[in-house]
Amino acid sequence: MDWGFAGATFMRLLAAVPLTLAVWALSVILGAIVAAGVTWMRLSDSKPLKAIARAYVALFRGTPLLIQLFIVYYGLASLPAVRHSLFWPFLRDPFDCAVLALGLCTAGYQAEIFRGALLAVPHGQVEAARACGMSSLVLFRRIIFPISLRHGLPAYSTEMISMVKATALVSLITLWDVLSVALKIRNDTLVTYLPLILAGVIYFAINYVIGAVFLILERRLSPHLRARPS
Amino acid sequence: MGVFSIFGFGPGGWGLAMLQGAAMTLLVSACGLLIGAAIGALVAWARLSRHRLAGAAGEAYAALFRGLPELLVVYFVYFGTSTLLTGLANLVGYQGFVGVPSFLAGALAVGVISGSYQAEVFRAAYLAIAKGELEAAVSVGMNRLLMFRRIIAPQVLRFALPGLGNLWQVALKDSSLISVTGLTELMRVSQVGAGSTHQPFGFYLGGMALYLVMTLVSTRLFDVAEARATRGMRRAAG
Repeated sequence: MDWGFAGATFMRLLAAVPLTLAVWALSVILGAIVAAGVTWMRLSDSKPLKAIARAYVALFRGTPLLIQLFIVYYGLASLPAVRHSLFWPFLRDPFDCAVLALGLCTAGYQAEIFRGALLAVPHGQVEAARACGMSSLVLFRRIIFPISLRHGLPAYSTEMISMVKATALVSLITLWDVLSVALKIRNDTLVTYLPLILAGVIYFAINYVIGAVFLILERRLSPHLRARPS
Repeated sequence: MGVFSIFGFGPGGWGLAMLQGAAMTLLVSACGLLIGAAIGALVAWARLSRHRLAGAAGEAYAALFRGLPELLVVYFVYFGTSTLLTGLANLVGYQGFVGVPSFLAGALAVGVISGSYQAEVFRAAYLAIAKGELEAAVSVGMNRLLMFRRIIAPQVLRFALPGLGNLWQVALKDSSLISVTGLTELMRVSQVGAGSTHQPFGFYLGGMALYLVMTLVSTRLFDVAEARATRGMRRAAG
């Protein structure tokens, strides 16, 4: 094996990691904000709001991310109305489109996680807090949020990892993320396996770190579930 | 051309091509799910076995393919199998490049990914079988094959059905990635149509609608199947 080539390839792939991580972080944050809104609508008493939230989740979870990405990047750009709107500088940029599409998609999944976590808060806890005279804000901050955070964490870590995997799709809209650099090297050198394997190693390492961080977080947040020291 | 005439079935209309693409999506996803079931069953078996090496191998497989981007796996399987096949062909004297059919590579890629998730579904389903039933089967003198056929397989399938329904949806969505290999499934047809008519918005919207119909209809079908499969079971709730 050519170690010099392997090393050079690995360094080129590492140089693309910041872009991959930037798309990941920004889309996850955007997704969380949108998801909070969708969850609020889904749990509200208003029927139309509920229906909109349900439709949003069904749409973004029921269709492939790739087609969502293409509709944002290629589809919207083809509409004259969009090209003449004030969003155009934003929608013209593949990076912004990637963040928008990935963020809207993960919002659908995150909203379901948030909803499940909120529904898992035992009603007795809420009643007890009310009986103590907590206001809605204090109730949310002290009771609902901590309990649902603990409940939602495992599913949320799965979603974070699948978002890292989803960032690989941005290679198809001209962004130079880890996968597209690997494909470019493969294309230029006709070495099939090595660039893709090294890219795989990088993705795997990123996911491993994220998984480990969430495990630590979970352990921290649930000391009452740990085995007692004997 | 307006959006409606583009999706018509007449000459110049893309309606039929889109439907054919959707059929190809269903076919390649179904093949992928079946390949994944075979892989998943093997991996679950390895993880449940008392053999430590087999257990570790099964665990490594599941961890690996759940930690890699799906698109990377699609590329790797497509380029990898072609390179492998070309190498083998050159060994036996054939010169030149041998490409693996994109349908085969695509189904294999979806299957390899789906298998890593199905392994977990099957493993959990096996563990959900009441121990007493297995003991009873042994005590009436069933051999392992008969026990598998009469006791284990029917119950594993029943317990695994909700998980498999989710994975079918995942396979359906992952199959859109096979478009990068040139297979004319729904995503690829949408891309080609978008390119040749300069109407990307309409085509991707149409493709999205077809995907949505497929996922919504199959959710309903799996719900019906689940209700049928569990009709003899008592539940704590619902």
